Amino acid sequence: MTNGEAKRAVTLTIDGTEITVPQGTRVIEAAERVGVVVPRYCYHPGIPTRPAQCRMCLVEVEGRPKLEPSCTLQAQDEMVVHTASDTAEKARQSVIEFLLVNHPLDCPICDAAGQCMLQDYAYVTNQLESRLNEPKQVMGRDRVADDILYFADRCIICTRCVRFMRDVAEDDALIVAQRGHKAYIDTFPGRELDNPFQGNIVDVCPVGALVHEDFVFKARSWDMDATTSICPGCTTGCNVTIDTKENQIVRLKPRYNPDVNSYWMCDHGRKHLVMTNRGVRAEVPMVSVDGALQPTDWERALDHVADLVDDASGANGAAIVSANASNEDLLLLLPLLGRLDVSSIVFRVPTGETAALPTVPKLQLRADRVANAYGLELLGAERVEELPALAEGAPLVVLDDLLEGADESFGATASPFIYLGTRLPAAARNADAVLPIATFAEMDGTFTNFEGRVQRFHQALTPPGLARPGWMVLSRLLARLGEGDPLSDIGAAFDRVAGTSEPYAGLTWDSIGLKGALVSGAGATAASMGSGS
Amino acid sequence: MSFPHRHDLETTTLLSRHQGDETARSLEGWRGLGGYEALRKAIGMSPDEITEVVKASGLRGRGGAGFPTGLKWSFMPKDDGKPHYLCCNADESEPGAFKDREIIRWTPHLLIEGCLIGARAIGSAHAYIYVRGEFFEDTRYLTAAVTEAYEGGYIGDDIMGTGWSCDLTVHTGAGAYIAGEETGLMNSLMGNRAEPWAKPPFPAQAGAFGMPTTVNNVETLSTVPGIVTEGADWYTQWGTEKSPGTKLWCCSGHLVRPGNYEFELGIPLEDIIFEACGGTPSGKPVKAVIPGGSSTAFLTGDELDCSTTYEGMQEAGSSLGTASPIVMDEDTDIVAAMRRIAQFYAHESCGQCVQCREGTSWVVRILQRIEAGDGELKDIDTLYELCEQMTGRTICVLADSVVFPLRSSLDKFRGEYEARMSPSLVAVG
Repeated sequence: MTNGEAKRAVTLTIDGTEITVPQGTRVIEAAERVGVVVPRYCYHPGIPTRPAQCRMCLVEVEGRPKLEPSCTLQAQDEMVVHTASDTAEKARQSVIEFLLVNHPLDCPICDAAGQCMLQDYAYVTNQLESRLNEPKQVMGRDRVADDILYFADRCIICTRCVRFMRDVAEDDALIVAQRGHKAYIDTFPGRELDNPFQGNIVDVCPVGALVHEDFVFKARSWDMDATTSICPGCTTGCNVTIDTKENQIVRLKPRYNPDVNSYWMCDHGRKHLVMTNRGVRAEVPMVSVDGALQPTDWERALDHVADLVDDASGANGAAIVSANASNEDLLLLLPLLGRLDVSSIVFRVPTGETAALPTVPKLQLRADRVANAYGLELLGAERVEELPALAEGAPLVVLDDLLEGADESFGATASPFIYLGTRLPAAARNADAVLPIATFAEMDGTFTNFEGRVQRFHQALTPPGLARPGWMVLSRLLARLGEGDPLSDIGAAFDRVAGTSEPYAGLTWDSIGLKGALVSGAGATAASMGSGS
Repeated sequence: MSFPHRHDLETTTLLSRHQGDETARSLEGWRGLGGYEALRKAIGMSPDEITEVVKASGLRGRGGAGFPTGLKWSFMPKDDGKPHYLCCNADESEPGAFKDREIIRWTPHLLIEGCLIGARAIGSAHAYIYVRGEFFEDTRYLTAAVTEAYEGGYIGDDIMGTGWSCDLTVHTGAGAYIAGEETGLMNSLMGNRAEPWAKPPFPAQAGAFGMPTTVNNVETLSTVPGIVTEGADWYTQWGTEKSPGTKLWCCSGHLVRPGNYEFELGIPLEDIIFEACGGTPSGKPVKAVIPGGSSTAFLTGDELDCSTTYEGMQEAGSSLGTASPIVMDEDTDIVAAMRRIAQFYAHESCGQCVQCREGTSWVVRILQRIEAGDGELKDIDTLYELCEQMTGRTICVLADSVVFPLRSSLDKFRGEYEARMSPSLVAVG
């Protein structure tokens, strides 16, 4: 709403509270500022068009004969609004009654149950009995996209999905077909919905009409835990909520951040993390005994690694880190590398096709399909295309790089070869010690996105077996090497980042908050990485 | 019937004078009847002068709402540098109404002239005539007339050598009732679904293509040339102070002589029904009349001595609407008639507002059940409550259009509904 010029302020009263807002503010948004959420269906703050068609947000305005839709009604001086007067509540109750006329009430098998705005308001308006004495209209189920199902009976024709595609994604693939009580959502004849951002139509659906096929019948909302996190799918760093059930990631939902992804995220990010549920994890510390890795416990493993570090003598060592490593993991790796005299820290970045959401310029699926490329560079790591050539007898430390492209003998002559990882690729079997660490979803930490915004993610899952966060493991190893105290608090770990790396100076875990913070000097460096292509 | 019946009432045929006369269809014939002189005169006037004379004539919109035409024109911004548009609403779809199509069919040049004068009054250089999709034959006459008028220099650049230019486009709809609602019409004209939009923005602020727009009915615009030629006083000699002039009447239903008529506003409704149209063919008493098209409230056979003006019909508890009385004799099944009316609106609801989308079809289902003899007394209460819930809460008035006839039929013919109830249920109810 900032267009450069200062807007005049207007003062109005909403439910007895006076509030001053910039001219042009809609009453529904002004009401939120005084803590009043006017019930709504068709209105969505991220979709610019406001058809005022669901009639749910009607409010009473003193001096006006009819109820007014608060989503389009502009706040005016001396306006007195009652969002919950008898007339407004009665109208709202009747909207719910009408919506339920043909609604199947199949909440027990509906994926939206528990997170459904129709269910919520039906309870709020306390309509326990239906006056409907006729058979309900049955419309059935359809597929609007490869991976999205449409349950027409549940649909309340709020048209959020149609308008997201048309007005936000600027791809008018969806339409309202038919009219009146026969209306339903469909694709244009001969056209398919195939857009890299189409998953958002499921998020904007206020009921259970649009559902991802890979989520359907998978989890009840009350069985899931939600964790605020960051999507690691590319360097954009979309703010997300990770929904988990029984220690598995079930789905990702975008989390509002006006400075990054607004209300949206791309389908690549939405889907790829769910895949991380699969595969075999490194779960126990292992040390090499007579050329074969043997499981052990953390105490013995860390003692062993400390000994290896003390005994190391080779020069020109190498460190290969995953570009999805958190800032804290890499920061705590640095003193270890110092002890090993390793100065070359490299990371590789898998890339892919880009995709942009036209109306939200910052939100792009960027070519660099990793979470923390910029953060690693700030801490002194270098981006490379190929795995480095290893000097014989030199130290090698790998932080969760899966060593794709390495042959089976990779690192066999390194001394020592320390592997910290979430999985155990073939080449890691040459390591002198394997320390199992947590994925980003299993710990707290920070990533720094393409433009230098450092953002927090939080632990959504319990790490498997004995795996522990990398920074925690490293701090204990460093303590054994006489480098500081062990850390068990992510705030303290981030403080080390802030205390070591100039761009982070002055930031704290708390001050980053849930919306992230730009590191100093961000932008100049980011410009070269901005497009990610 | 294709042209107005002659009748023995005092008749003032301003609009319908040439209906039935094929010579009026061609440009040459129309010129011979004095056509396009009003346009010439209007081009010699300033836009404000035109608006003033129409204002002074008291002409009210003939599309149903009766809003003063001159006042509507005066809402258009002046010197705003934007293109303005005039849209002529020829999407005549109200059940019972068939007046606009007769104007288009017999006197297309009268409409063209009216559109151009209206366009001049609101500072528009492009007028659209939005014609209902089913009007195939009428559209043919209209497009032929527009082509002729373009070729004759009456539309387009430098009209009649006056230096004033205005284009006119005929656009046909796809047959949706809701495209007759002015914002629905503009949406349809722009290539969108014919869905009404929530005002504001009002058409005069941002209408067709986002520009200031005025939407006028065919009959309204066709009345304008006469007013421009003869003056406001000439027009106000007919009708009443609040409802001046004449009006086309589309009379249908149980009548000996159904069809189009033109009367001075204010004559009693019963004169139209019994004298002009000859009463019911069966000779039986009139049970009910829906006077202004199917979206207006029922009048009973005892309520027909009302004055046919905007204010008179309102006093009688209904409205003039499009002046399209549907007459029902004693044998008419009111429940079935109401069910059929409700079906029409349920079918034509655009589906945006829930009250209309779900309400209209729910009403139909209840009425069908009552009609089939499975009703319960409490259904009447439910219908009343649905009327309440569907009134005044939607973007446009389509939902209200069901409520007017429904509520009045419940009020006035409750006995008919009750008589249809399932006997067992009535006994316990």
